Amino acid sequence: MIAEAGLAALWLAAGLAAYQFVLMLLALKSAVDVARPMRAVAVAQGALTLIAFAMLLLVFATSDMSVKLVFENSNSAKPFIYKVAGAWGNHEGSMLMWVTILAVAGSFLAMFSRRTSERTLMSALGSQAVLALGFYAFLLIASNPFARLFPAPADGEGLNPLLQDPGLAFHPPTLYLGYVGLSVAFSLAVGALLTGEVDSRLARAMRPWVLAAWVLLTLGITAGSYWAYYELGWGGYWFWDPVENASLMPWLAATALLHSINVLAARGALKAWTMMLAVIAFSMSMVGTFLVRSGILTSVHAFAIDPERGTFLLVLLAIYVGAALTLFAVRGANLKEGAPFELVSRETGLVINNLLLSVILGIVFLGTLYPLFVEALSGEKLSVGAPYFNAVAGPLALVLAILVGIGPLLSWRRERRPVWGQLKLPALLAASALAVTIILAPGIAILPRLGLTVAAFLGAASVLPLVGRNPLRAPLATWGMVIAHFGIAIALAGMAANAAFSSERLAVAKPGDTLDVGPWTVRLADVTPTAGKNFTALEAELRATRGEDVITLSPQTHYYSDPQTETNESAIRTLWNGQLYTVLGRADASGGWQLRLWWKPFVTLIWAGGALIALGGAIALLGRVWRRRRKDATADWRKERYA
Amino acid sequence: MSRKLRLIPIVLLLWLVAGLAWRLVKPADTAVPSQMVARPVPAFALEPAIRGKPGLAAADLATSQPRLLNVFGSWCVPCIGEAPVLAELKRRGAKIDGIAVRDTPDALAAFLARNGDPYERIGADRQSEAQIAFGSSGVPETFLIDGKGVIRRQYIGALTASNIPGVLHELEKAR
Repeated sequence: MIAEAGLAALWLAAGLAAYQFVLMLLALKSAVDVARPMRAVAVAQGALTLIAFAMLLLVFATSDMSVKLVFENSNSAKPFIYKVAGAWGNHEGSMLMWVTILAVAGSFLAMFSRRTSERTLMSALGSQAVLALGFYAFLLIASNPFARLFPAPADGEGLNPLLQDPGLAFHPPTLYLGYVGLSVAFSLAVGALLTGEVDSRLARAMRPWVLAAWVLLTLGITAGSYWAYYELGWGGYWFWDPVENASLMPWLAATALLHSINVLAARGALKAWTMMLAVIAFSMSMVGTFLVRSGILTSVHAFAIDPERGTFLLVLLAIYVGAALTLFAVRGANLKEGAPFELVSRETGLVINNLLLSVILGIVFLGTLYPLFVEALSGEKLSVGAPYFNAVAGPLALVLAILVGIGPLLSWRRERRPVWGQLKLPALLAASALAVTIILAPGIAILPRLGLTVAAFLGAASVLPLVGRNPLRAPLATWGMVIAHFGIAIALAGMAANAAFSSERLAVAKPGDTLDVGPWTVRLADVTPTAGKNFTALEAELRATRGEDVITLSPQTHYYSDPQTETNESAIRTLWNGQLYTVLGRADASGGWQLRLWWKPFVTLIWAGGALIALGGAIALLGRVWRRRRKDATADWRKERYA
Repeated sequence: MSRKLRLIPIVLLLWLVAGLAWRLVKPADTAVPSQMVARPVPAFALEPAIRGKPGLAAADLATSQPRLLNVFGSWCVPCIGEAPVLAELKRRGAKIDGIAVRDTPDALAAFLARNGDPYERIGADRQSEAQIAFGSSGVPETFLIDGKGVIRRQYIGALTASNIPGVLHELEKAR
């Protein structure tokens, strides 16, 4: 009964979404006031999807094997948390989660948005409902999560062991929240293009949504990067894998949007560009979802390939993005740009920020899809790997990081306080960092060296907006910006240190052998079999010594029976100045074991930086929402000077 | 921005959708074509891996008759699974030679006694040198070599029963 209740809730929600679409058409055609029914229906639609999703969680939690999805993706021997997480660790469940978030975001917009004009809001709610409608059709026609099996099998087939990890409970839902959060920006942009009311009010209404989505995307990407780092056992934090890129592209677009929206909110400028970015950001989310769910690109995230579902998603993508871009082409030209600005101004800084982010986005987009197009046109197979992305996007990212230090010091409209004077200390620090790396580490590559230099500059420059004023009286949004920009410096330092100073050792060792990696001497003490709740394992005992320090690490190889898979569980020890990362590989002919050892100085700064960036975003969001509560948000740009 | 500029995103979208649709219709062939195909076998000469059976050198693979070269090891678990397939290929007329990678005579003799011995010659590749020269990254792998000593196919991983007709057909073609 539970599964049937879930299915019924989905059908009802789809019906309500269709009704919202009709309401939107009514509101646009005539001056009928549809506000009350529209808000009520949007809230009800969100509630129904929540019920459907709760039903799915319930059938997974109770291991109801008569539900096909549970049978295919769960197993009664699984730990409880992974039973629940299994609900979204598969195609149908994750699409249900997607549409749930979409509909709930719609109801939040209906409940809390008081700032946009009523007409724009109605169009936005209608647009959100149309988005949801496509995904309801997708679920109900091509991927019903509640389909039954008769007779019910005795036990399930299990969950991909790579996904049996706390990271799974956290990483995909966070990314989805981020992806779908951008749908609200998309709908608001579509609504505003329909009514022609693209102004700073709209920007202020859109901003918290973009901020929230961006925070979640940042967290999701950071968590995913750490998950790949310790679970895949390859020792890297970013592989430029198509699916990783699929999450990076919306993030880049959202980052650009986050900045251009400030120009629109404060100065009423960059109207068309900001609307364009709002459309692009969610389009990138849809492209990302399509790439992941259709499985058409070769990737470590090899999810099921299903042409029917892929076609359905592609048609949805073409319709939604095509419609929004057409609307933009028709209506965007009518937008009047706002107040002008001088060359050296906050506006110019943000425009350059947007240009650089867009170019990086273009580079990632091209690199991800280039192999596909080359093969389609010439039949030739090739792959685009990390060297391309690092070489092309890396230097641009460094330039961007320098500008991140300078931009916030500029004033709106025209230069008031000379910027160069404030930047003396950061410039000095950068020069010292460069000198120190040249003296102490003459052999490192150019990009990591510049990375360390820029990180030193940005680390100092990013806090300058709080200098020379009472920091406690600075708006929360300013604090958020400073923390996020400082986080970029931290992450950059971690990446550069990792690239410059990592040492790696791949060797075959017998028990008793010792290996050197970086400053460490590692002895393979023993390899012993052990067992977990739903797997058997081999565990190595490694004794690592560095001067006085002695630590023991136990990397494992897990063997799962349902389905039959093996995974390498790396053993990682985090110290203040780096991580020792060890992986146990296979046995070889001579009774030795493959061991992979890395010493990665300061690598943890990468994720610490990512977390800081997200924290900064969250603080800014808090500031924006809180400010609004105080109702002092009159459209006065002076108050936004430092925001 | 002029109106024409505004059409660029739509054109880009059309390209994207066309490309993705093409890929959906024609799923990627993930097999990477071997770089060794159509090249002569590398020069090598390996000592006998067990007593009573000759070793293997490049010249032994150019005998005017197509042959299979199986790269294996007694320590390799998939090779055990592959053994019946090789036996069947031999029964149906295929000539098979072996390269035993990082093996010892005793372990190899035990392996052949247990799983059957389809090989005419087995070379002992103690340091994986011949294996690397062949561009083989693991065991088992099987090379199909024509009568002139030119590599025609490289099968990565264990051959399975479903490969047998294909392999026999290719051997016939390489004649």
